[in-house]
Amino acid sequence: MKKIYGILGVFTVVFILTAIMSPSFLTPYNMERLILRTSLFGIISIGVAFVIITSGIDLSIGSIICLIGCGLPWLLVKMTVPLPLAILIVVTLSLLIGLVHGVLITKLKLQPFVVTLCGLLMYRGITRGFTGDQTQGFGKFFSELRWIGVGKVAVPGVPIDTFGIPVPFFLLLMVAILASIFLNRTIYGRYLLALGCNEQAARYSGINTDRMIILAYIICAAMAGLGGVLFILDGNSAQPVVLGNFYELYAIAAAVLGGCSLRGGQGTIIGVVIGTALMQVLRNMITLVDWIPTHIEYAVIGAVILAGVVADEVVKRISASRRAAASRL
Amino acid sequence: MSDSDQQQGLRTPKKSAEPPDLLRVCGVTKSFPGVKALKGVDLHLKAGELLAVIGENGAGKSTLMKILAGVQDYDEGEVLVDGLTVRFKGVEDAFDKGIALIHQELNLADNLDVAANIFLGREPRKAGLLDKARMRRESSIFLDRVGLKVSPDQIVSDLTIGHQQMIEIAKALSVDARVLIMDEPTSSLSQHETEQLFKVIKDLASKNVAIVYISHRLSEVRELADRVTVLRDGDNAGELFRQEATHDNMVRLMVGRDISKYYALEPRSHGAVALKVDKVRTIQNPKHALSFEIKSGEIVGVAGLVGAGRTEMLQTLFGVMPALDGSMEVQGHSVVIRSPIQAIQNGLALVPEDRKQQGLVLEMAVRENMSLASLGRDQNKGFLNHRREQDISREMVAEMKIKTPSDLQEVQYLSGGNQQKVVLGKWLAMKPRVLFLDEPTRGIDVGAKQDIYKLMEKLAEEGVAILFVSSEMEEIIGMSDRAIVMHEGKLTGTLMRDELTEESVMQLATGTQTKPISNN
Ligand SMILES: Nc1ncnc2c1ncn2[C@@H]1O[C@H](COP(=O)(O)OP(=O)(O)OP(=O)(O)O)[C@@H](O)[C@H]1O
Ligand SMILES: [Mg+2]
Repeated sequence: MKKIYGILGVFTVVFILTAIMSPSFLTPYNMERLILRTSLFGIISIGVAFVIITSGIDLSIGSIICLIGCGLPWLLVKMTVPLPLAILIVVTLSLLIGLVHGVLITKLKLQPFVVTLCGLLMYRGITRGFTGDQTQGFGKFFSELRWIGVGKVAVPGVPIDTFGIPVPFFLLLMVAILASIFLNRTIYGRYLLALGCNEQAARYSGINTDRMIILAYIICAAMAGLGGVLFILDGNSAQPVVLGNFYELYAIAAAVLGGCSLRGGQGTIIGVVIGTALMQVLRNMITLVDWIPTHIEYAVIGAVILAGVVADEVVKRISASRRAAASRL
Repeated sequence: MSDSDQQQGLRTPKKSAEPPDLLRVCGVTKSFPGVKALKGVDLHLKAGELLAVIGENGAGKSTLMKILAGVQDYDEGEVLVDGLTVRFKGVEDAFDKGIALIHQELNLADNLDVAANIFLGREPRKAGLLDKARMRRESSIFLDRVGLKVSPDQIVSDLTIGHQQMIEIAKALSVDARVLIMDEPTSSLSQHETEQLFKVIKDLASKNVAIVYISHRLSEVRELADRVTVLRDGDNAGELFRQEATHDNMVRLMVGRDISKYYALEPRSHGAVALKVDKVRTIQNPKHALSFEIKSGEIVGVAGLVGAGRTEMLQTLFGVMPALDGSMEVQGHSVVIRSPIQAIQNGLALVPEDRKQQGLVLEMAVRENMSLASLGRDQNKGFLNHRREQDISREMVAEMKIKTPSDLQEVQYLSGGNQQKVVLGKWLAMKPRVLFLDEPTRGIDVGAKQDIYKLMEKLAEEGVAILFVSSEMEEIIGMSDRAIVMHEGKLTGTLMRDELTEESVMQLATGTQTKPISNN
């Protein structure tokens, strides 16, 4: 729990600063969008957190989002595949991608970076191929389905046209709670943390490390697939060249900000969610605050992540020396 | 002036004429979160002196040595070199004063070759580039001095732990130190390598290098030390000169009470065959098939030189590296073991040789390490059973007398010996039918060793079959109901309890003699 105080503090400060600097920040519409974006990115960040905890990495997330996000409307609209079948295909495909990543990494002992880098290139290329690089979308159709992405739930006392909680937020809530329980309460979560720190010791302890690692990649790809579906439901249409670009980096950054160590074995789900929220507030700040030029977005985000990681390390050292001083007495 | 004149000169009782101690430590303290590791320790050392520092696990030996080598800072007190106060900011500062430390745990870059490791951080250069030829040439000199027959080009990860340890020693020699600190250097060496090391140590001492030697093997301390400094709970417990440094005196100062001699093994009746190994061939030594049996309640020692294939045999039996062929039976049922998971399911347990790599998740708490192997068994439909986890870990911490502020402390902050106890505890919590132990008492103090021996006996009495690998002759002879001996991957013979002597073991271990394997 202590680990998230730092990031929570940074988040609060950035949030308040943005509110002061931009009058449009706290408007209901902006808050709605912020919650929505945090929800979508939160889901994919939680996915990658599992992989990072095994001391792996997944660079293919953005391309999976593209594949699934463009693939779903393509199936439904272009190929006129029935909805249940389209969903079945999309789900199977996501899980399969994770499975293939995991198997290549554990059984063939390929490096996660390499495997998922190839994924990054392949899935986007494939999508551009089968869509003919054309914009994909639902047009006027599938409005019931799109409710999952754009729907809102009313807050008592507030007219829904003014402000409502986006439906994806509840999905994030569900994913986060399940992920938290899995990581902290089940033996499998413990196995993941243990093998992330020392895979050999975990194997000697009778843990099927390969299977656990494969599971982590499947979770990651599944969350990316879910993210892809939500992004397209929210946006209605998307271009295969654009959809999901750099999203893996946002997800990894959020996970790291939230306390996951790329060395593996560390991380909390709540931290990852706050990390994601921080990233989104930052992006929001850059767009809203007039005197910050929008094109320096990446520079700002990079600097803040670096500052966050440094601050985290400093806090850790200070608290360690405090504890040492306490036992000196 | 002749030699004898010089000696006379040295003996003059005038105090002021005496040179200051090469190294002196006054009232040094050091605290870690939750632990006060050093509470004001004193130490002094003259050139050419061979000082042994002993103490129980967690007494603060390694901490003190890390301070002397500039690896760690201290809170209060003073360190003097040649009578001048120093405060090292890092290892380089200590090097400058001629102080080198061989760590208790291996610290090699094992992806690099031997020569690169020996000169790590001090690489000779020619025109700005690495002078590889010179590195290779000079490292062979140091390798020769420690009696290691490996090529400077060999990659370190391909070497056995024992050989890696010798490389650490060669590396320390290459620094040309005035004070050489060795923190448990022999814990992973074979008898032969140990003898070689002792030769090197005595040679260095005769060349006026001061040696600080840390070991839990009191016989080594007796053989080497001019003087023994004993630490207990972060404090000086006393000092013994060569003549006074008997086993009992040392133990009394370390533990604060008398400890009776430990190998109390009484003849036991053994049960049915618990483990039958039939023509199993390992990947490393495919030429030799291994066959033997262990009965339940029997303690069987595995002796041999380092590199005899003992660890590989245990790893194969435990499924870490599946056997090429052959068969195994546990309690009369034939079993297939191709992974540790299957081994554990069949009631086998292995306490591995390398606790840092294979035994522990250093970043996790004592409790989480203790339960790692039994989580699956104690699960509640996939959920963690926190209550049971806590109970088991508290029970083990108490039973094994593990020194830690709480069982929530990360294992990396425990002293080496206490870490070893955590690994043991983890497997005992599994209540195995057959227990493999690979160097179970490595780095463990006398008191704790005795605890472990008692534990082994208790387990045997409960019917557990124990197969343990040890490089300590005393332990093999003292603990085994029966010993099997290996030489270069081959089982060269069995010795019953009454046949066990140092000579009989060595003859089989060096392959100068063989003796048919008998199983009773
Ligand atoms: N980095 C650290 N953080 C917290 N506690 C530590 C740290 N290093 C050592 N300690 C604690 O300080 C005490 C002394 O440890 P030290 O390693 O010096 O013991 P030792 O005498 O070398 O024992 P052993 O014989 O087992 O190697 C132990 O209680 C240990 O748990
Ligand atoms: Mg030590």
